[in-house]
Amino acid sequence: MKKLMKLAGAGLVAASLALPGLAMAQDAEKVTIGVSIPAATHGWTGGVNFHAQQAIDSLTETYPQLEFVLATAGDPGKQVSDVEDMMATRDIDALVILPFESDPLTGPVKRVADAGKWVTVVDRGLAQEGIEDLYVAGDNTAFGRVAGEYFKEKMPDGGKIVALRGIPTTIDNERVEAFQAALEGSNIEIIGMEHGNWNRDKAFEVMQDFLSRFPEIDAVWASDDDMALGVIEAIKQAGRENDMWVLGGAGMKQMIERVKAGDTMVPADVTYPPAMIATAIRLTADRFVSQAPMEGRFIIGSVLVTPENADQYYYPDSPF
Amino acid sequence: MSVEAGSVAKPRKGLDFHVLGPLIALVVLVVLGMSLNDQFLSSGNVTNVLARSAFIGIIAVGATFVITIGGLDLSVGSMAAFLAGITIIILNALAPVLGIGWNTIIVGMAACLLMGLAAGFLNGILITAGRIEAFIVTLGTLGIFRSLVVWLADGGTLSLNFELREVYRPVYYGGVAGVAWPIIVFALVAIAGEIVMRKTAYGRHAAAVGSNAQVARYSAIHVDRVRLATYMLQGMLVGIATIMYVPRLGSASSTTGILWELEAIAAVIIGGTVLKGGFGRVWGTVVGVVILSLIDNILNLTDLVSPYLNGAIQGVIIILAVVLQRGRKGAA
Repeated sequence: MKKLMKLAGAGLVAASLALPGLAMAQDAEKVTIGVSIPAATHGWTGGVNFHAQQAIDSLTETYPQLEFVLATAGDPGKQVSDVEDMMATRDIDALVILPFESDPLTGPVKRVADAGKWVTVVDRGLAQEGIEDLYVAGDNTAFGRVAGEYFKEKMPDGGKIVALRGIPTTIDNERVEAFQAALEGSNIEIIGMEHGNWNRDKAFEVMQDFLSRFPEIDAVWASDDDMALGVIEAIKQAGRENDMWVLGGAGMKQMIERVKAGDTMVPADVTYPPAMIATAIRLTADRFVSQAPMEGRFIIGSVLVTPENADQYYYPDSPF
Repeated sequence: MSVEAGSVAKPRKGLDFHVLGPLIALVVLVVLGMSLNDQFLSSGNVTNVLARSAFIGIIAVGATFVITIGGLDLSVGSMAAFLAGITIIILNALAPVLGIGWNTIIVGMAACLLMGLAAGFLNGILITAGRIEAFIVTLGTLGIFRSLVVWLADGGTLSLNFELREVYRPVYYGGVAGVAWPIIVFALVAIAGEIVMRKTAYGRHAAAVGSNAQVARYSAIHVDRVRLATYMLQGMLVGIATIMYVPRLGSASSTTGILWELEAIAAVIIGGTVLKGGFGRVWGTVVGVVILSLIDNILNLTDLVSPYLNGAIQGVIIILAVVLQRGRKGAA
């Protein structure tokens, strides 16, 4: 698995402040790492759950002194409770958390950090800077930019496109703003934009209405693979498969398969790998089993997947 | 609330707003849609809207009966997701055994219906024999079915075998004489529901149980039997809706059918059924479902309103439609 990585140098000072009660690997003293992630409510979070479990299984096999506590939450409130329970009853030494929402989780995670525990935050930053020791995230701006640049490349003479957006959140806003910025100066016109909420059914219905409304559409930015699947069905139903192509995003295996097969409707995809949770868990574990410095920011780039490189981004075992 | 047993309500003098409220709302929406976009009445758009309404519509016909007996079923959306998941798993398992063809699909459909009946039976038996409030039972089963589908899908998406899907596709996308299958099935279910509600002993018993269970019991109606049958009917209708949902996208995941239960309840109430029970109007429910679908469709066809406000507009229309029906003396 090759990932673009960029370690921002700011925090890369060797960790000399070993936590009290923390021992190096050779002492084989137990280290407990809490992992708190959103429940599998849609494809992407399903992938997060799968990769977290995989990373935990393989790490426990390699390092018997590591113990993991995995909790999945359906909403921010439950996630706060999970974190509190981990602190109170499991006596964790480190916390890896993919926050449901930034604001509600900032206080509870800060308390964990204040208690002298190691904190790794994944994907969604907290509302306050400098709480976490390590930040591992996807790059939403790059996600939108890479998609926008691909449209420019595919449509040098411009054209009419429609776009579907996700659930109204900062994530979605960053992606869409970067996408629009990338299109600036080209003759590509976004004639319609609606929220499909990262949901197949909703995207199917929105696309049906776009197809009724616009006689001419050259391409669709579905901005998510779940939505892309719904969009493709609607286009098929209208019999307009040859008029337009669709760009999704996130790297769902069914879509990567289509890119690999050279499907003309799905010429490419943009990654936003749920496997970033595995990166975060592994780096955190490394902090306890090795002496390598781990503080800082680890940004996982969004990459354009084309038929040439699709094999590298294909995980047949993942549910996503 | 006066219960019109037997025949259709007698025509009153003047305009009857309570009955016409939802229809007026529907006409206003259609006129609005026509004025905003010339594609609105194209056969493609009309087919899309009605076919989309079919899932919620079929479920809402069942919900009309459930609410008429004074009950509530919050589990229908999760049940649809669970049935879709089970159906996909069964179809995928049967494909190598029975081959890629209608044999497999018919078995899958039958399994889906049976599972629906079983799920409805589970709700019904807990409510009647278990003597637990319908709200609590179905809130519980909502969580159970939703969790089961996530567990079955391993947190991801269950996808139907590709070749099988091509065979199954026409059930949603095909049709007869230009009318799509989901619309035909929805119409048949609605007509059957209307007849059962108005013309059969069961329909009258349902209204009586919802009006006053105690009195119904003294009138020698088997109250628990009526309740159990109603929840099973609801389960079966969820099964029918799922049979047509599966070929649409050929997948089921944890987001399938989210909030369908609330949409169904909203449609039932817009249509003039009384939330407390005792009186149900199936054709009103059908109008309610179409109204809800049209709002979304019109908002997608224009750029008038920020898409963030879709929910607010739906909320206003739901409340307005119900306000139009008030004013009947003694209705509380």
